[in-house]
Amino acid sequence: MAQSAEHVLDHLELFRGPEYQQMLAKKKIFENPRDPAEVERIKEWTKTAEYREKNFAREALAVNPAKACQPLGAVFASVGFEGTLPFVHGSQGCVAYYRSHLSRHFKEPSSCVSSSMTEDAAVFGGLNNMIDGLANSYNMYRPKMIAVSTTCMAEVIGDDLNAFIKTSKEKGSVPADFDVPFAHTPAFVGSHVTGYDNALKGILEHFWDGKAGTAPKLKRKPNGAINIIGGFDGYTVGNLREIKRILALMGVQHTILADNSEVFDTPTDGEFRMYDGGTTLEDAANAVHAKATISMQQWCTEKTLPFVAEHGQDVVSFNYPVGLSATDEFIVALSRISGKEIPEQLARERGRLVDAIADSSAHIHGKKFAIYGDPDLCYGLAAFLLELGAEPTHVLSTNGNKAWHEKMQSLLASSPFGQGCQAYPGRDLWHMRSLLFTEPVDFLIGNTYGKYLERDTGTPLIRIGFPVFDRHHHHRSPLWGYQGGLNVLVKILDKIFDEIDKKTNVLGKTDYSFDIIR
Amino acid sequence: MSLATTQSIAEIRARNKELIEEVLKVYPEKTAKRRAKHLNVHQAGKSDCGVKSNIKSIPGVMTIRGCAYAGSKGVVWGPIKDMVHISHGPVGCGQYSWGSRRNYYVGTTGIDSFVTLQFTSDFQEKDIVFGGDKKLVKILDEIQELFPLNNGITIQSECPIGLIGDDIEAVSRAKSKEYGGKTIVPVRCEGFRGVSQSLGHHIANDAVRDWIFDQLEPDGKSKFEPTPYDVAIIGDYNIGGDAWSSRILLEEMGLRVIAQWSGDGSLAELEATPKAKLNILHCYRSMNYISRHMEEKFGIPWCEYNFFGPSKIAESLRKIAGYFDDKIKEGAERVIEKYQPLVNAVIAKYRPRLEGKTVMLYVGGLRPRHVIGAYEDLGMEVIGTGYEFGHNDDYQRTAQHYVKDSTLIYDDVNGYEFERFVEKLQPDLVGSGIKEKYVFQKMGVPFRQMHSWDYSGPYHGYDGFAIFARDMDMAVNSPVWKKTKAPWKEASRAKLLAAE
Repeated sequence: MAQSAEHVLDHLELFRGPEYQQMLAKKKIFENPRDPAEVERIKEWTKTAEYREKNFAREALAVNPAKACQPLGAVFASVGFEGTLPFVHGSQGCVAYYRSHLSRHFKEPSSCVSSSMTEDAAVFGGLNNMIDGLANSYNMYRPKMIAVSTTCMAEVIGDDLNAFIKTSKEKGSVPADFDVPFAHTPAFVGSHVTGYDNALKGILEHFWDGKAGTAPKLKRKPNGAINIIGGFDGYTVGNLREIKRILALMGVQHTILADNSEVFDTPTDGEFRMYDGGTTLEDAANAVHAKATISMQQWCTEKTLPFVAEHGQDVVSFNYPVGLSATDEFIVALSRISGKEIPEQLARERGRLVDAIADSSAHIHGKKFAIYGDPDLCYGLAAFLLELGAEPTHVLSTNGNKAWHEKMQSLLASSPFGQGCQAYPGRDLWHMRSLLFTEPVDFLIGNTYGKYLERDTGTPLIRIGFPVFDRHHHHRSPLWGYQGGLNVLVKILDKIFDEIDKKTNVLGKTDYSFDIIR
Repeated sequence: MSLATTQSIAEIRARNKELIEEVLKVYPEKTAKRRAKHLNVHQAGKSDCGVKSNIKSIPGVMTIRGCAYAGSKGVVWGPIKDMVHISHGPVGCGQYSWGSRRNYYVGTTGIDSFVTLQFTSDFQEKDIVFGGDKKLVKILDEIQELFPLNNGITIQSECPIGLIGDDIEAVSRAKSKEYGGKTIVPVRCEGFRGVSQSLGHHIANDAVRDWIFDQLEPDGKSKFEPTPYDVAIIGDYNIGGDAWSSRILLEEMGLRVIAQWSGDGSLAELEATPKAKLNILHCYRSMNYISRHMEEKFGIPWCEYNFFGPSKIAESLRKIAGYFDDKIKEGAERVIEKYQPLVNAVIAKYRPRLEGKTVMLYVGGLRPRHVIGAYEDLGMEVIGTGYEFGHNDDYQRTAQHYVKDSTLIYDDVNGYEFERFVEKLQPDLVGSGIKEKYVFQKMGVPFRQMHSWDYSGPYHGYDGFAIFARDMDMAVNSPVWKKTKAPWKEASRAKLLAAE
């Protein structure tokens, strides 16, 4: 018996002991196991070009897709407004999943309710669930706003949110003038990125276009302010704070729309804050008067930005601007739109990022990377790698569309380092596995699920993306701005140096390069 | 500080009753009436906890419950390692349940084992409009081609499947025939069915009955020589290796475990189970159905056991041994004796640090009752407990074997109620899930995730008890909990500063 009170062994060590190993060997007999030689043969076969071809010929099955469904994005956007409770119309299990998923990434509470629809609602529709649900939420959680979205169930049976909310108000579930914006967010269309877009547009539409017929439409009185939309982003906490810092440095009057940077980073001080920070409802309404709206992620705002443009504002979108050139473009655009000077401090920060790149790029130059994740994140990271002299060889986005593919290919074509690099829209991480075996790269960049690829293919994983479940606190540091660029650079370099050390630390064999200075 | 030591049972009961009245005030009248039935203060001698259970959650409250799909794919079927489990429908459900339950297994993932892969039909709008059966046919072919060493396939229905009327049973039958009798199991676990994940367990059990047991050849597929000591572990999902730290004890006492359900389980083990002499059932809630079925159809007795904490482990080992001859009974005593020094050392080390500390629980399955004994072994006291998806028979077992007089009971508790209860009762530890974890930690209350063991474990068996004790100590006695208030915000400190 290896276990002891003094040195408690948990799963990390316990099962490696001989008694457990013997037990597992005995168990194997009852498992009707495959012949080990056959397992080995198939394993090797999955690494081949032949397997890759079959794998890429797949039309119906998805294996390890790198995307989630619309309502998750809707919940993520909704909590970015002051005192807002996301209310998902559909079956309750979905909400349990969204809350868990967000909590596992941010290590924060995630508040959201559902209308708990079951079989009877499937047959008769979910109106009664909406009427009771809104009344309960309103009384218990005292929100300033309830933002409604749907699940696939509610969409398949065709529940009409506009009518349901109207009826609920008539029945007294919430006061007539209480804000209940809504968005239809079917899980079988798009991804969490689409859900973010739909929910944000729904909320802006509510405030700007007459609150579903209950108030006059707002008349735009242009002012000098600028709206910023962050998009679905696992680094929302660090990123939005960094953007606010930059805007403050420049003295730009602004509104961050769907600012969820506080609610996913509340202090531990004896109090649970169900709502924290967020765009005030007044600011959300007044955002119509802004001079322009900047989206940090084009594919997160495909519907929202045209809607904003229709209201007379200038709109600009970026693709998750990471690194030097992308941040330059963002800052210059900000200055151009706002008419504000770019302060010396930002020039100094920029110079420091250039300095860091100059110090370190020799270690990155020519290295091949595979990237996967949301469409904008992939684009931003690929662009940064190109300017570091690295080769973003495979760029894969399960929720990337045709337009993304074209834009990615032209980015790759624009640089000598992007030659021979490929973008893969609509593919999943099992496709990526084939790519990594048949056309190996030096490093993989993506979310936590990439650890399976790292294990199978031996490609070291740099964790950037959503979700990151198995590392802590990454979301607190920005990836945007020059400071954020520095963070990304350090993440990449740390992994490169860790790999060099791992390969050179064999005593008496490879440790001639086990250097202390690099 | 234990509340029990400073208050009489009558005082605690009165306080808890008052607390229930208080939380009910926030609801609209109709809702308050419904919720009142789910909250109670346990009275010693009653046959159950006096709460209604397994009833629809109230819309618009933050219920912690999941759905039937979570019960079937997430709990029962998902851990069967050599089968491919398709999350059939839109992408989300499979994504959110991907790898989140820590069902440990040994196998070559992606080649002969598939637990930590996410297989989905990733439904698009056209699949909803035209139906998904044709796509499913193609998916099964693609799985056969790309994952040839899979031993079987299950189809786990998400919400839209039932709503659009897909015939996954017909597809399963046809494809099974085409592949020479391959096991393909359609599971109707759409998320809108039932009131929680509980119905998903039942549906999954029924699928085992109909699509595995009922398909067995008369002489069975499993070729091994039976012994009088063959048992099957039922209802252990091997979270953090729980079933392994259980199995080792059963084998040490002389039994032979021929199947393990479903953590680290395989299709062959499911098929072998009807040959067991006894089914031993850990998670009653999720697998009593199939255990009862095996009793009726194959005449296999089943018994419940509890491997949390030395008191319950010893009781359970003796209870299991009671079904066998003296050799096994002696084996049980030998095992208990063997581990006694470890038990003594663990208790000697951790009990002084945990004595008198109070705990509030809210979990699913069996844990709202089963872990109480383990806490008591460490001198801790459970002052409130409840089930996410328990039924009346769970509350009976709880009342008759586990909880003390005046314990606060809350069925399907929601975020609002749970926060008020904890705020008022100020336990030293809360044991619940990921959705509750950070809420209570923000409030400065130590917390352990009692679904996932907070990524530690195993907690079952004697080896697991040492880990359990260590983890509870690290939670309750972490220095961080003394630092939650800024020094200048502590009342006495503020006064001091003011005086200076």
